[in-house]
Formats: sequence, structure tokens, C-alpha cells
Amino acid sequence: MTLTAYVNARLIDPKSKMDIPGSLLINGSLIAALGENIDIPESAEIIDCKGKVLSPGFIDMRAFSVDWEAAAAGGITTVILQPDQTTLIDNDAAVERIRARAKERATVNVIPMGTATKAMDGQEITEIGQMLESGAVAFTDCRKPVEDAQILKRLMEYASYYDALIVQFAEEQSLKADGIAHDGGIASRLGLTGIPSIAEQIQIERDARLAEHTNSRLHVALVSSREGVEAVREAKARGVKITCSIAPHYLHLNEHALEGYPTFAKVSPPFRTEEDRLALLAALADGTVDTIVSDHDPKNPDLKRLPFGQAASGVSGYETLLPLSLKPVQEGTMSLLDLIAKLTSGPASLLKLDSGHLSIGAQADLTIFDPEQPWIIKRNQLKASATNTPFDTLPVNGKVWKTIVAGHEIYSA
Amino acid sequence: MRAEVPPPSGSYFPHSHLLGIWDLDPIEIKYLLDRADAYADQNRSSQKKTDKLAGRTQINLFFENSTRTLMSFEMAGKRLGLDTISMSTSNSSIKKGETLLDTAATLNAMHPDALVVRHADSGAVRLLSREMNCPVLNAGDGRAEHPTQALLDALTIRRRKGHIHGLTVAISGDVTHSRVARSNIYLLNAMGAKVRLVAPPTLIPTDAESLGVEVYHTMEDGLKGADVVIMLRLQQERMQGAFLPSLREYYKYWGLTREKLQVASDDVLVMHPGPMNRGVEIASDIADDLEKSAIREQVEMGVAVRMACLDILISGREDPEAHLYKGEGT
Repeated sequence: MTLTAYVNARLIDPKSKMDIPGSLLINGSLIAALGENIDIPESAEIIDCKGKVLSPGFIDMRAFSVDWEAAAAGGITTVILQPDQTTLIDNDAAVERIRARAKERATVNVIPMGTATKAMDGQEITEIGQMLESGAVAFTDCRKPVEDAQILKRLMEYASYYDALIVQFAEEQSLKADGIAHDGGIASRLGLTGIPSIAEQIQIERDARLAEHTNSRLHVALVSSREGVEAVREAKARGVKITCSIAPHYLHLNEHALEGYPTFAKVSPPFRTEEDRLALLAALADGTVDTIVSDHDPKNPDLKRLPFGQAASGVSGYETLLPLSLKPVQEGTMSLLDLIAKLTSGPASLLKLDSGHLSIGAQADLTIFDPEQPWIIKRNQLKASATNTPFDTLPVNGKVWKTIVAGHEIYSA
Repeated sequence: MRAEVPPPSGSYFPHSHLLGIWDLDPIEIKYLLDRADAYADQNRSSQKKTDKLAGRTQINLFFENSTRTLMSFEMAGKRLGLDTISMSTSNSSIKKGETLLDTAATLNAMHPDALVVRHADSGAVRLLSREMNCPVLNAGDGRAEHPTQALLDALTIRRRKGHIHGLTVAISGDVTHSRVARSNIYLLNAMGAKVRLVAPPTLIPTDAESLGVEVYHTMEDGLKGADVVIMLRLQQERMQGAFLPSLREYYKYWGLTREKLQVASDDVLVMHPGPMNRGVEIASDIADDLEKSAIREQVEMGVAVRMACLDILISGREDPEAHLYKGEGT
């Protein structure tokens, strides 16, 4: 077996609350040893991390494309694929096909979510049991919520039998209507139809009541507003089994990003006010937010080179996930350990994955990064299949150095 | 409300396109209005046509139906000697799947000297302008802007009232869906007028106060002491859902009648961008009252404003010296 020792690293493992200088030894695909002073066999290949952080590989709970090279460059070792692929992932065969294809490639781990309803039409619940057995880890209708309360209630009742996670997109559809921007002063000025924050709040509050009633696990796919955060916080305080994600672009941009109608800033839910942005940062720091997701949604340039109203929404998020997520650490409101938990142990726990931690015998899925390395995001240097980022030319800190999956280095800067 | 700023002498009109009033400074607005004023006088003379821009080509590209604005731009171009060509979506390649930017690239290859565009999407004209080597004039984009309408409204007000600064202007009607309202708000604010919006809550944009206006929901309060009342067309084609219970109820509470107008200033000026829904937004006896209503004059000023915009953008591009501010004060 191949032995590789990553030495002179800052070992961070949120699950065990470890943040120490040390080394980690990989034997084949598994972690063989880790700690401040471990015995490293002479036959091991030594890699000097020069003080960089070595953490569990990132688990990205919301990605619309495998785009493995970009994922690897972003430090992501497990992609949780959204089910609205060219062929919908709404049955066990589709789940198995995705998993088999990912194994053939031997790059990042790819695990799908299944749809919550058949054809994502919100009418009939899917075969949750069989999809779970085939390897699906949660169930969602992706960009739209299950609207019908009766169907959602039954979906939750059924899912609770398996303790399966239901992921809802929090946007009450009749309030969203034909909205494309946050319903506020900027949309009013630019003449764009607005989506009010209460569309998010109302959906979360209703869904939380149903989760409470059915004693089931509910995850809010993306929170974008102060009201949404408060709805999650209140439901958690009541003991509801509710969790939520945010994407890091919402930590950086607000509705002003729409000035000049740049379609790269068209996202769903939309960028909201500065107050909302600050509320998201606070919710991340106080633990209301459970995971950070890339929301990686590469869009063909043809779908973005259109008038704002007609352009597709979505950002290319893998490669900017780490530097954008580090914002609260850089601002001193969160420890690096707590932040990395949102990218590793947090999603692993929600999805019941046996990964997202550093321990002997675990699969060696690792991300090594320098949290302070400055670099400039340049669209044309990204590896993603489409580079629709609103952060082109933004100077950031925090860069992935190496990404390792099952002991294999799949990315090196 | 922005402060009144005297124009510096010796600076040029710096814009390649006319995409929105938001982009313009008060001195630039004043410059456009001054040029339009001269064209308005010329249009009243027997010598309406000049050959100032002869040999140049103006394309009017309308992705939305329009009669008044299209005709106004055509007439403006012709009076400057431009060769004008008008296209509407019904005979364009857009229906065959071509994107807006493909269309822009195609038109650009034909070397027009000005492109006038109307489009149903906010920001679409701005997007298109990035692909064009000639001046692009926004003839209305979605709910965003209709800059020449705001300029012609301002010119009408200025000619009637002698000034804009210090006036109280009430804009009443479907503000939410109105690009005319947005451009007017930016322009009137820039020129130092006090702007009020008067409409039921469903027709007032979210956080409208951030646009620099006062919001009223009753005509009695909103029109009190107003020097100018700009009525807006109810854009029923843009309304999805329940914005209003009925046109009958709308007219009762927000339609402009002589009775409601009594609280306004004695010499109030009534305006409407047209086409009017008589008996819905405005009573006929007000619309046709030539003393109070400037609605026909607005149409007249439209041609002059569009001539000024075409002239400044086209000849300014060819010879920047042609549009040097003289600095005569506001």
C-alpha cells in the first residue's frame, strides 16, 4: 500500500473539535494516523504542508453540475448533486446510474439527492425508500418548493419513517410570481419585478409547522433574508427538526449588485438588502445556519447574454466557495474551526454520511488550504464548465492547495 | 433633491448613448433641453427640415408595439435629414430565435449612425448598446426608463412655467409599471422639483421613498398645491393579478376630474404621456382643457426633444467640439 504523510500541517477537524499543528498519514485510501507526533514510516512519501490547514474534504450539499475539475479546485471532495439533471433523478435506477458513473471516474464523490415528487410536479411523492437504498441522501424539488400543504405533509410523514431529509426551496410561489429581483428600492429603481422577503419567510414558517406536526427533518435549501433566518431560528427554538444552508455569495453581495443589470448577479433567491446580508453573517456565526453550499450552477454564456429578465439565474460557485465563505473568519466573528464545520461535519451529519471528519480508518477525503493566501478571482482562469461569477477581479484571501479523495490527490495548485 | 448646479463652460456632453435619465447630470439635462427648445421653435416655423445629419442612417428597432413614439422618432430623424428605417418584432429575426445581441451585431455591421430601441425587458437597451458602435437611444425599456418622454415632459413644463426648480409635481397612476414615471422622477429630482407619487398602494413601487419622492394614496392630499400633475396610463397589459378591483373604482378615487384638481395650484398644468384612457385615468373635460392641459404640447415637444438627442449624440460623436457647453447658467 502507498503511504503518504502530510506533515507540518494545521489539522482541523470540527467533529472532534481538533485544531492542532501536526501530521496525517494515509495508507492507501484510508487515514492511518494523525496527530501532533505520529510515527511516519521511512517508506512514506512526505509532503510538507508548510503550516497550511488540513481539514476534512468539503461536502457541497447543493450543486447542479458535477463539474469535477472545478469541484476539486474548490476543495470539494463530495458533491451532492441536485436531482434536476437532464434526466431527472426521481427513481432508484437514476440514483444508481449517477453513483456508478461517479465511481468509474474516481474523482470527487458524487452522491445525488432524489426528487421529492415525481417529475417535480408537486403532485405525487417519489419512491423515497428505494432511492435511499440506492444511495440518495435527501429529497428535494430543487428550485421550487412542494407547494401543496397536503402533499408536503404526506411527504414528510412518509419520509419520517425513514428519517429521510426533505429539502425545500423557500419561496412561496404565488408571492414570487414573475419576480426576478429582491422587492426593494433597487428593483423599484431599475424597473425589475420584485420577490418580497416574506415569500421566503412564509414558506419556511409553513413548512416548519408541518415538520413539527410530522416530526420529520426539514432542510431549507438556501436562506437569503433576515426574515428567513428568523423563521429558522424561531422554529429551532421550538424544537423543530429544521436546518438550513446559505451560499457564500449572499455573504458578499446585496441588491446593489444588480445596478447595470449584470446577469451574472442574477441568482435565485435574489440578492437582498444590506440588512439581510448582515443577518446572514450573524446567523452563520450564531449557529442558526448549519451548512454552506456552493449552489454551483454553471450556465452556458448564451443563457446569460440576454436581457436581465430573460437570462438564467445561477452562479459558478465551486472555486469561490472557500474564499467567499471565509468572510466571517476574516472579520473575526467566527473561528476557522466553526466555519469549516459548515463545509464538512455539518452536511455529513445532516446527510448521514460517513465522511466529513478526520479519524483513523476513515476514507482519506481531505482539503488542504491556506486561509490567508491572497489571490484575485479571474473568470478566465476558472476550471468550471461555465464561469458565470459576479466576482470576477475580486481580490480574496483563502486558496485551496490540494484536494485528496480516497488517498488520491485530485487537485494540486 | 439634488442641488442646482451651474454648468461649467468648456465641457462636452460625455455620453455615447441615451439609455436613461439616471445616467445624466443636471447640466446635461439642461443642455439637452436647451437644444430641444431651439428645435421646438424651428418646428413651429415653415423651415422645419434641415440637412444637418443628411446621409446618416437612423434605425428604429421596436420590440414592443408603439405608434406615437415610433412616429415621433421617425419625424425627428427626417427633420434632421437622416434616412430612417423602422423595424418591429413582427418582421425581425427575433421570432426565428435570434438573440438580442445577435440582432445588435447584425445591425452594427450595417453601420447605422443611430439606433432607437424599445424593448419589453428592463435593461435590454443598455445590454444592446454595449454591442453597438453608434449611439443607442432608449425609446422605452420594460419598466425601467423612457428618457425622451421625461425630457419632453420637462421641456413642456419649462416652456409653460419658465422653470422646473422648486415646482411641486404630482405623478399619479400606475407608477409600479411605468418607465415614464421612473425617468420623470429622476429628471424632476435632478432639476430640483419636488416629486409626489399618488396612487393606490398596489401601484406604488416598493420602497418608493428611496427614489426621492413623497408618497400619497389620496388625490386630495397628493394634489394639494401641486404645480404640475402628470397622469399615467394604467398599464393593464403589464398587470398580473389583482392590482385593482375595477376601473370604475379606480376612476372614482384616482381618476383626474375637475373636482379633484381644485386642491392643486390655480395655474396647475395637467399632463399625460398618452395614449389616454378617458374616463379611467382622466376626465375628458380636463384632458381637452387647453388652458390646463399640455397633453398636445407634450407630443409636439417630443419631436423637438428627439431631434436634440439625435443631433447631440450623432454630431457629438463625429465632432465633440460641436457640443461644447457654453456655460450660460441654468
